[in-house]
Amino acid sequence: MTQPKSGAPISRDSANWAGPVDRLSASGVAGARDDAVTGKRVTGPLQGFGQLWQKTFTVPLDGVVLTPQALIAIWKDRFSTFWPQGQRFYAPLSGIAPGEVALLEISPVPGAPVTLSTGVMVLYADDESFTFMTPEGHTLSAWITFSAERRGDVTVIQAQALERPSDPLDELAYMLGGNRMNNNFWRQTLENLARHVGVAEPVVDMQIVCIDRNRQWRHVRNLRNSASIRSARRTLTAPLRKLTGRG
Amino acid sequence: MTATVIELDQEGPAAILRIEGDVTSASEPDLMAAYGLAAANGATAVILDFSKLEYMNSGGIGLLVTLLVRAQRGGGRLVATGLSEHYRQIFSLTRLDEAIEIHDDEPAAVAAASA
Repeated sequence: MTQPKSGAPISRDSANWAGPVDRLSASGVAGARDDAVTGKRVTGPLQGFGQLWQKTFTVPLDGVVLTPQALIAIWKDRFSTFWPQGQRFYAPLSGIAPGEVALLEISPVPGAPVTLSTGVMVLYADDESFTFMTPEGHTLSAWITFSAERRGDVTVIQAQALERPSDPLDELAYMLGGNRMNNNFWRQTLENLARHVGVAEPVVDMQIVCIDRNRQWRHVRNLRNSASIRSARRTLTAPLRKLTGRG
Repeated sequence: MTATVIELDQEGPAAILRIEGDVTSASEPDLMAAYGLAAANGATAVILDFSKLEYMNSGGIGLLVTLLVRAQRGGGRLVATGLSEHYRQIFSLTRLDEAIEIHDDEPAAVAAASA
């Protein structure tokens, strides 16, 4: 730590963390609806309803001559381009930096008419990693960290999530296939990044562990913020809104 | 990076883990081993003393969540003390303070842990 003249020590990580925030604002993002995020609190794995999962997705970048720092710079700069087709990530205008908010449009079932509108806040970012935290309403109450490090002679990229489905409906969807779809989402994302930097046939190692099988019934009221319910309602009422001119 | 150094003090049902240096995901073996020793010695409440914490990244915060889950599974609880204003803000931002009690000083933390 350094010691400024004021006397209060400054931690080396001070600039890497988001500042205090009570309610999110997505005003710095263009191209997507922000009403699912603006005004919401952040929520993490302690505030979700469902079982707690730790998921680690890792890919060694064999033959790639890139430092972890260079890799993370690419990942931050082009984050949305590595997502599976049909899923949209609207980055903040100032990029992936601590405290910034991004918006998401997710198709839970590819091809289905329901699109989930939600977002994430950048909780932490340094040269070798960055972490997102979800807002109220997101299907998962979660932190997910994207990182790169040297292991021996190889740079390895990793996505690691600590996540709980946010409410009972999300937990049910998770049990009925959502968990597997979520795993595929991140597997594909890491494969896309690895191919982008020159790995012909990336192999993603997945370690999926349920670290708390208890459901947190005190958070059943998370249902009131459900982006899934909101998005489904919007989809179902879209024809009526079109008729009445309310878009 | 500064290595994580963890010192264990046991006072009956309350144990104090004095954490010095950096806390990242690499700290997991040492932190879990220290917690395991405290639990094996009968501690039902573990006080995390962060007064000598120098650096923590998001991996370190994630580690505290898994430690908390482990403690709760065993019927125990975690209490924190020694947090600087910067780390108190991080506990608040991540909402970790909703699950881990924070106390201003060690005597208060020990009293709470022993209650």
